Amino acid sequence: MTVVLKPDTAQIARWRDLRKRINDADPRDAAGLLRAEANLARVTVLHTIAHAGLGHVGGDLSVLDILTCLYAAVLRIDPERPDWPDRDRLILSKGHCSAALYTTLARTGFFSTEALAEFMGPLSPLNGHPDRTKVPGVETNTGPLGHGLPVAVGAAIAARLQRSRRRVFVVLGDGELQEGSNWEAIMAAGHRSLGNLVAVVDRNRLQQGARTEETNRLEPLADRWTAFGWRTITVDGHDHAALLQAFAPSDPDRPTCVIAETIKGKGVSFMADRVEWHHKVPTPEQVDAAVKELSGDEHRSVELGAYACK
Amino acid sequence: MQVAVPADAEVFDCRQAFGETLVELARRDDRIVAVCNDSVSSSNLTGFAKEFPDRLINVGIAEQDMVGVGAGLAGSGLIPFVCGAAPFLTARALEQIKADVAYSDVPVILCGMSPGLAYGELGPTHHSIEDLAWLRAIANLTLVVPADPAQTREAVRWAAYAKRPVFLRIGRFKVPAVSRGTPAFRPGRADVLADGDDVTLVATGTLVSRALWAADVLRTQGISARVVNVSTISPLDTATILAAAAETGRIVTAEEATVPGGLGSAIAELVVEHRPVPMRLLGIRGAFAPTGSTEFLLEHFGLTADGIVRAARELVCAEARTSRP
Repeated sequence: MTVVLKPDTAQIARWRDLRKRINDADPRDAAGLLRAEANLARVTVLHTIAHAGLGHVGGDLSVLDILTCLYAAVLRIDPERPDWPDRDRLILSKGHCSAALYTTLARTGFFSTEALAEFMGPLSPLNGHPDRTKVPGVETNTGPLGHGLPVAVGAAIAARLQRSRRRVFVVLGDGELQEGSNWEAIMAAGHRSLGNLVAVVDRNRLQQGARTEETNRLEPLADRWTAFGWRTITVDGHDHAALLQAFAPSDPDRPTCVIAETIKGKGVSFMADRVEWHHKVPTPEQVDAAVKELSGDEHRSVELGAYACK
Repeated sequence: MQVAVPADAEVFDCRQAFGETLVELARRDDRIVAVCNDSVSSSNLTGFAKEFPDRLINVGIAEQDMVGVGAGLAGSGLIPFVCGAAPFLTARALEQIKADVAYSDVPVILCGMSPGLAYGELGPTHHSIEDLAWLRAIANLTLVVPADPAQTREAVRWAAYAKRPVFLRIGRFKVPAVSRGTPAFRPGRADVLADGDDVTLVATGTLVSRALWAADVLRTQGISARVVNVSTISPLDTATILAAAAETGRIVTAEEATVPGGLGSAIAELVVEHRPVPMRLLGIRGAFAPTGSTEFLLEHFGLTADGIVRAARELVCAEARTSRP
């Protein structure tokens, strides 16, 4: 079971083709391609978690549109050269959503999608939380919350010192913003005017045990980031066109925070916005039902406004 | 015998050797950067700051961010020396040291300044006596405690290009030169500073000079003591320690740190499995220090040449008594 993960040539060719079609398409068609790609990734995640009998399905489904946009359209990366020094950096701070990251990395060609069958298996490189020493494409080992953003700040400072134009993206869970270490880093990034840094908050409003606002209030979240010197944009985290626009470089003198309003369990009606699906594992029947939904009407889901806390 | 540093022996603050060496390295290699937590002066980075203002990243009073930033810099091809007072660097950012540095396996050099009881009267909040125990439990982290300026300089030069996670414990309490020969510091190797057959005195950092003085005193009493300086605590030089156990049959350990988990524990774990011999472990056990200067506190906890002599005599004499018919 101790497979070594290596680039998957066929998958890389497929990813390059997709990337080219997205770049060549008009915005609406590009969004359509990304939506289809994200839903294929959702299906893969569901199978991966059901097979392993472990995983954090709710947060995986909420973050997949963000990850798909970044890997399929934004990041300057080369899956054949995961150590390319001038690559853009993507750090998944919410490391428990490793199944979403592994699926995205596999669909990008960093390794074969077949390796996902070993997710959380004995001696598998695909641990419950990502390990950069074993998984190509992973930049830092996350798992304990509140770690990704400080590392991203260091990577952004390094890019500036090295006079590189590479950018650093860090994807955070909203619940983990309750960790104080994030605010040390948010303060430092604002102070240093790190325009090459983008933090994306997967704002699904649920943490493991309850709603964020009932547990330890985050709002007014955008105002808080703005007050620390960040350019803050709030978008629908499942609207691919809006995400692409938010990820485009703009202000060279301010870090950007994209608050992506998402739905935990997005794409599967019986999981959507339900706290118990944080790490519940779907039965085979539930996987079938979920795949049917994802293969059909891709937009059927809980309305954002129904629970959005303003 | 009241032990203090003899008036005519020159003593040194290892932080100075650290700061000077870092500047030397930085002049030759622009990948060398320093990260600190508002500790430019106490980490002896004033010279570095003056010469390389852009390469000094002062994150403010934010140790978790400091260590995470160090990991991000190292993951981008730079060589970060992450400096802060040892108590705050280790305790406040322990999870970052574990996950972002050691487990992520990035070449960050963590520099714990003014460790042990160096902050004397400032009290237990500022003492770093638990750091060896905490850090020794973390896999993939090389733990280095230089005993004097020569070892400090060489340890800094080695760590810069070791390409791995390293913690350097850089002393503030002034110590005399104790290392001999060249190189003064060999990574992963313990140095035998004095030969002896009756007992081995194993010490680290501040306690190395005191162990040498203790050996002098013991010699006048007819006891031949070997002195071993363990400057790399993790991974341990097992061959030198086991040879000492086999050849002298008794071991005293001495450190400016807690006995639970520290150097004494490390030696005991090794010896008890492979070559059990009677031991005495000198350090701090189950106590927060009272108010007092570093020198006062070292005496308070028996971390003096006198204390080491007493422990060695206990071992030698106890055995002499029990072996007599």
